[in-house]
Amino acid sequence: MITLNVNGTTHQVDADPRTPLLYVLRNELKLNAAKFGCGLGQCGACTVLVDHEPIFSCLTPISVLENRYIRTVEGLGTLEKPGPVQRAFMEEQAAQCGYCIPGMIMRAQALLEHNAAPSDGEIRDYMAPNLCRCGTQMRILRAVQRAAKAMSAGLDRSREARQ
Amino acid sequence: MRVIIGLVVVVAAAFAAFYAWAYHGEMPPERSSAAHFDPGAIAKGAQLAAVGNCSVCHTQSGGKPYAGGFPVETPFGVIYGTNITPDTDTGIGAWSEAAFRRAMRSGVDREGNHLFPAFPYDHFTKLTDNDISALYAFLMTREPVRQENRPLDLMGPLNWRLSAAAWKLLFLRQGAYEPDQTKSAEGNRGAYLVEGPGHCGACHTPRNILGAEKASQAYGGGVGEGWHAPALNAASPAPVPWTTEQLAAYLRHGFADQHGFAAGPMQPVVRSLRKVPNEDVRAMAVYIASLTGGDSQAAQRTQAALDFARQREAKPWATAGTEGRADGSAEREPSAGAAIFAGACATCHHAGGALPVSRPVALGLSSTVHAPDPTNLLHIILDGIHPPLGTAGPMMPGFAGTLTDPQIVALAAYVRGQFSDKPAWSGIDTTLSTLRQKPQPRAEAP
Repeated sequence: MITLNVNGTTHQVDADPRTPLLYVLRNELKLNAAKFGCGLGQCGACTVLVDHEPIFSCLTPISVLENRYIRTVEGLGTLEKPGPVQRAFMEEQAAQCGYCIPGMIMRAQALLEHNAAPSDGEIRDYMAPNLCRCGTQMRILRAVQRAAKAMSAGLDRSREARQ
Repeated sequence: MRVIIGLVVVVAAAFAAFYAWAYHGEMPPERSSAAHFDPGAIAKGAQLAAVGNCSVCHTQSGGKPYAGGFPVETPFGVIYGTNITPDTDTGIGAWSEAAFRRAMRSGVDREGNHLFPAFPYDHFTKLTDNDISALYAFLMTREPVRQENRPLDLMGPLNWRLSAAAWKLLFLRQGAYEPDQTKSAEGNRGAYLVEGPGHCGACHTPRNILGAEKASQAYGGGVGEGWHAPALNAASPAPVPWTTEQLAAYLRHGFADQHGFAAGPMQPVVRSLRKVPNEDVRAMAVYIASLTGGDSQAAQRTQAALDFARQREAKPWATAGTEGRADGSAEREPSAGAAIFAGACATCHHAGGALPVSRPVALGLSSTVHAPDPTNLLHIILDGIHPPLGTAGPMMPGFAGTLTDPQIVALAAYVRGQFSDKPAWSGIDTTLSTLRQKPQPRAEAP
């Protein structure tokens, strides 16, 4: 048994410790946002966050994840109440086929948690490991910029509310 | 009293003699016109600059080519590559060819200041006059860039430029490369390129406490940009001996099928060598193979090394690194390192992996796994291997965010035990924490 903390919920998972996290997320926990793309850590469709860092869940055995904080798109918001990064991706219509988008959203989330106001160059560098084959990169870049603005505006509002 | 006065006089005289020897005057400024240079000399200079990979140390990340600013880290502090574009005020635009030749041969700049040996004039002194002229023609026809040089950040008293003169007195042997009559023309050409412009020994030869290459241990393995530079002599850690053919393939394509891919600081070296003609790359391979003795050992050692690698690869978690049950029963649980390997690495690195077409060279053939210390393996586990942004090339994801320090230590120990027959590494954890403190910048396109 391995204990996994996913989006704040603790799960007891009975699986081989070598099993990649992606399979456990999708098959055991029915969290289907993260996608299987290449299975080789080359495309980024399976990106989730572990302790605030983006990782390829297809290449991460669950044995290394005990007592660590895993987040997936399901932890960022819901259809009715999307998180700021999800909302920005919708508003910019950043998805074409959509297969890469959950990975893109998670990597963008990590970027904005580390750097609230990234430059265009910083966004490009940080997002580089995640591939989109449809060609919506320009919309994805705009979505990340929009999310950055929305999140810092949100921070300002919450600061005002506290004062 | 007389003895003391005598001593003072002797010391003063010695210092005066040293100062007179070390003194170099300023050379008059001279503005060369780009139109003066012969296109043939410029093209030849471009190839020599590619062999020497001048742009790596003389270009900062994201900066204009040859405009300087790259931090060269040494045990004595940081030296920044200088602006060698032909800008008159901040580059070498006011340097005559004679001033450039003096810098290459003696490590003295146009104004007469001694240069620190991070600029490898101990190698460049071996260049022929013709080749120095060609390099001068190439540099003087680059785009001039106005960019001030960054000051040195060296520990005292080494920041005193006369200390570089003292270093030269001890370690610099000036003079062009002398062909070795016992070598073929190709071997001599390779030796010249490797010893002179290529300055391979700057990383692949260990250095003494004063930062000079140990002549007695030439190519015995050293350090470059925080990576281990493997030995190129008989101490080479490569399981399959490096032959001329394998070296030529590696230097030409960045890949040799019995060794693997160029990674770390060798990546830009190999990319730079793309501008160098085949016959010169091959000549370098001929000379380096003569250092390793690979061509004569290959017949004897290659098959055994290939068999060993295949056998170790076949069942990654059944042999070394496995913790047997206390009762000695046949059923075995994988160790922590083996479980991480199975989940994170085996997809690509295991013989039965999911996509055999993408499978890299067997780890059992890797110099990195057989190296005397774990530095390079840890670099690669942390940061992966990436081609420059937007270019094709071998790619491995990094695991810096995925694995904790104890997990990486377990993985590295497992890989060493599983895929090599060398003794376990000691101090993996201390090497790892050093590397964790210094994230390596991603390689960039030249």
